[in-house]
Amino acid sequence: MKVSKNWLNMYVNVSDIDTGEIAKKMPLVGNEIESVDKLCDSTNLVIGKVLSKEKHPDSDKLNVCMVDLGNNEVTQIVCGAKNVDTNQKVIVAKIGAKLPGGIEIKKASLRGVESNGMICSLEELGIESKYVPERSKGGIHILEENAEVGANAIEYLCYNDDILDVELTANRSDLLSMLGMAYEIGAVYNRKVSMPDTSYIEIEEKTSDNLSLSVQTINCPLYIAKIVRDVKIKESPNFMKARLMAAGIRPINNVVDISNYVMLEYGQPLHFFDTDKLGNKINVRMAEDKEKLTTLDGIERILDDQDIVIANDNEIVALAGVMGGLSTEVTNDTTSITIESAIFNPLHVRKTSKTVLRSEASIRFEKGLDTERTMVAIDRACHLLQKYADAKILSDVVMHNEINKVNKVIKITLDKINRVLGMNLTRDEVLDIFVRLGFSGEEHNGTFMVLVPSRRLDITIEEDLIEEVGRIHGYENMKGILPKLESKNGGVSPKNKFTKEIRKVLQSLGLNQVLTYTLISQDDIYKFTNDKFNYIEIMNPLSDDRKISRYSLITSLIKNIEYNLSRNINDIKIFETSNIYYKNDGEYEEESKVAGALTGNYYNNNWMGQNIKVDFYLVKGIIENLLNYLKLNNRYEFKKDDLPKEFHPGRSAGIYVDNELVGYFGEVHPKLSKTKIYVFELSIDKLIAKKIRRIKYKDIPKYPSVTKDMAFVVNNDVSAGSIMKEIKKCAGKILIDLDVFDVYTGENVGENEKSIAFKLTFRDDAKTLTDEEVMTVFNKIISDIEKKFEAKLRNK
Amino acid sequence: MNTNEKIENLKNELEVKLKNVTCMKELTDLKVEYLGKKGYVTELSSLMKDLSVEEKKAFGKSLNELRNYVEEKISFLKEKLEEAELNMKLERESIDITLPATKLSVGITHPLTKIINDIEDLFISMGYDVVEGPEVENDLYNFELLNVPVGHPARDMQDSLFINEEILMRTQTSSVQVRTMLQNKEKSPIRIICPGKVYRKDDDDATHSHEFHQIEGLVVDKDVSMNHLKGTLEILAKKMFGENREIRFRPSYFPFTEPSVEVDVSCFKCNGEGCNICKGTGWIEVLGAGMVHPNVLKGCGYDPKKYMGYAFGVGVERIAMLKYEIPDIREFYTNDMRFLEQFNVIEGGDSNESK
Repeated sequence: MKVSKNWLNMYVNVSDIDTGEIAKKMPLVGNEIESVDKLCDSTNLVIGKVLSKEKHPDSDKLNVCMVDLGNNEVTQIVCGAKNVDTNQKVIVAKIGAKLPGGIEIKKASLRGVESNGMICSLEELGIESKYVPERSKGGIHILEENAEVGANAIEYLCYNDDILDVELTANRSDLLSMLGMAYEIGAVYNRKVSMPDTSYIEIEEKTSDNLSLSVQTINCPLYIAKIVRDVKIKESPNFMKARLMAAGIRPINNVVDISNYVMLEYGQPLHFFDTDKLGNKINVRMAEDKEKLTTLDGIERILDDQDIVIANDNEIVALAGVMGGLSTEVTNDTTSITIESAIFNPLHVRKTSKTVLRSEASIRFEKGLDTERTMVAIDRACHLLQKYADAKILSDVVMHNEINKVNKVIKITLDKINRVLGMNLTRDEVLDIFVRLGFSGEEHNGTFMVLVPSRRLDITIEEDLIEEVGRIHGYENMKGILPKLESKNGGVSPKNKFTKEIRKVLQSLGLNQVLTYTLISQDDIYKFTNDKFNYIEIMNPLSDDRKISRYSLITSLIKNIEYNLSRNINDIKIFETSNIYYKNDGEYEEESKVAGALTGNYYNNNWMGQNIKVDFYLVKGIIENLLNYLKLNNRYEFKKDDLPKEFHPGRSAGIYVDNELVGYFGEVHPKLSKTKIYVFELSIDKLIAKKIRRIKYKDIPKYPSVTKDMAFVVNNDVSAGSIMKEIKKCAGKILIDLDVFDVYTGENVGENEKSIAFKLTFRDDAKTLTDEEVMTVFNKIISDIEKKFEAKLRNK
Repeated sequence: MNTNEKIENLKNELEVKLKNVTCMKELTDLKVEYLGKKGYVTELSSLMKDLSVEEKKAFGKSLNELRNYVEEKISFLKEKLEEAELNMKLERESIDITLPATKLSVGITHPLTKIINDIEDLFISMGYDVVEGPEVENDLYNFELLNVPVGHPARDMQDSLFINEEILMRTQTSSVQVRTMLQNKEKSPIRIICPGKVYRKDDDDATHSHEFHQIEGLVVDKDVSMNHLKGTLEILAKKMFGENREIRFRPSYFPFTEPSVEVDVSCFKCNGEGCNICKGTGWIEVLGAGMVHPNVLKGCGYDPKKYMGYAFGVGVERIAMLKYEIPDIREFYTNDMRFLEQFNVIEGGDSNESK
């Protein structure tokens, strides 16, 4: 809401308070100030009279004018405007005048002719061209005959105004009016509000004899219409034009301007019909489906049964609360006006304005109106029409009124106010605040009975009143304290803690945490998983790329790797923990996942030639580290079966804990990425569901261990894992560690064969193992493996 | 030559020979020459058998002294030689310490996680529980029970991402407030913070993101006030922006709180004098807060006559952008390594931060 300071002063006089001060104060009572501007930022402008005009000797376009500036000052000004002429009253920027855009008027010589100032157009005064009347466009602005030569032109035009652009909160519809603003600022500065003049003289002829009204919908609880005749359409007075401009509304003519002016004063939108075009019947009803109306802007609108409309017996003449129809528009030939002031259901106006357009009127209807201003707004319009358009006002009105007027009285105690605010206000301080706000309040034994004015639609409960007290009193002096609450320990949920532990492990292994978007493209939804699920789709997505709620985090991570690779960052180790959502049997399911993606070097030292590249076994190491940290050691295994097709089929694995698939890891299929990228993903929910034992100390082994090596030549399809599994089974408890220290193919080993060398560590926690004991087990393992895998022990 | 003279001779000769020893090998040989089975000292002891008992005693003593003397001298030199050899070895092993290091790195905590962790820790220390809720949320919890009426712009397709008429991507972590209050069967006091991701139908640009993070705080108890809210948020502001920060309340409007306030923190860059960060006002808006609206309490089964509450909502990205002066919200989701790396360091604390 753009507020003209001059206009505001009419209702609450704050002319002694600097506009900048008001702008600083307003946010502290809840009204953000978007900006403070001057309507016209120019100085040293006077009203001049063109005494003579002669062609410039050296130019076709320029004229040399003698201009009377009053106070016996006549000066020569060279003017380039086409419409300049003798006897015109014009705006003159004198030598030393400052105009917007840093322009300063200096004595000048234009093609050899002296010029002592500038005759101005409105645009040159910084007035937006949309506000400039047609007659002044592209030329100088010509003032009325009665303009006093030598007077201050800015004051004459009423442009000496400050504009406060106030950003309103959604609940304060009352501030969409100058009167509402006056009450607000009056409360802040403790000043009285005075009301606009609504007096006028009526003629005998009655509105009700000329108009009948039929309201056929419950969506219009109040409708008032009144007719005025013999209006003279002309330009509005300067003050009215200036104030409308300050409010951001284009002046058109006195009649249209008055309807806007009253709307801005009271917040009640009015609509003016041309009575002769409207006829003598008004029906308020819901539109029928596909009914049509050509609105004021010349566009044909197709309506439906949710739009409230005004109609005569022939056609729809207006979209209630949004825009009038073209057929009953007020034009320069209009002589009689039917004024409409009404209350429409905000939800329907909102619906209509969304499909048609949002207007100053619809914004106000949508937020709700003060029903006590519906009539007075008509009176104010009549006053102004009589004063500035010579209108004859018909007596009485036609009205439909189903408003039950109820006085809104809220009971509240001083104790409650102080308890909620945490303040120590006295009875008198609180009463004073209510009075300042224009609320009538009584207090009896610590209880206030507050009568809330109808303009304050936002105040309905005690807490609303408490807020009023708090904000007008101000929170600045409140010394914040901590509440006295029961002391207890706070904490996080087990899953939150578990997730943080996972992040800790991955970060200590050098992986960087990233955050990526949950919403992805439909193309990616089934990648890196074989699960059956229904994905969740946004019905009103921003774009196709942000349409589906992801199931796997891996595609997001790969995209991030690609982003970094394209910026020449080649060693990337990232992970993310995030929730994913999907539908299962109609239910919305949530699951927490952790995923990672790595490429390039894990760590490296180029000059030493020590580069540990990311590969399958490195990622396997990360997975094992994580699972071991989660106390799942000896409970997991990796299998190549049923891999999602986005994985390299030979270099990837499913991760199984207690034989349950909990995730995958491996190389991204070369079809998806030219660069070798390794990825993993695990279900945090599945991991946390595994029961684990608490940490229990075991004695540090007292007896020495014995290490023995063995190597087997086996067929290529035999996996190291299967041999290791067998070795463990065969060796029993005394085998405490088993590692592979060499895998060899090539010379000395047959084709389709490989040699795998194992290092076995034996220990008995109860005694020192003898060579004999170890050899017995060792030989048993050898014969077992040889038998089971058709393996040959390789002699070193 | 009597035995004493022989001993003296041997000693003197040893002095000379020791001076000529240059390496460990020579020293070992010298040791053998004197103390070995056929060494001088052993040889000398063979004279023992020809002596009288008395002489034997004296000679034996001298012989022992000689043996000790030789051993001492040799081991002294041995130590010196060993040290010299070690020094030479160390010199040979000396390297160019200016060559580049092996590239290792500790994993980065994403800056938003950092902020969330800090705020969680702070509130946990004040007895708050950290509670999370689903991002795919029912309209009932996201709007209805938060006193956001039908027809409110937030419930519009323009502003929120819907899955169907009833289900949407939550627009605020306030939904977790509602869930927590409803789930509390005893209707006992509540003290929680709720971090999480939220969604808006905003096109991504430097200051808007269709996904971002919030932390919601809620206290429901018998005696809590706006003043308590201010005290609590003051601690938060100091934690996030430094000990010297102050906050101010600006009245505002949210459907789920009444009274409602926007909370400004005094500018940490200019200390209130006015700069580009605070746009000359000396204050920066950091969060929204207020007293829980009685309709919200009622809707969640709490009697507003018995219980009061305060709530606040922090935009995590906003805090991070202010704190680290990050101009573009999209950076958080682009994860350029050169962006993330900047946060792989300790925060300057109040004690060791250079001003």
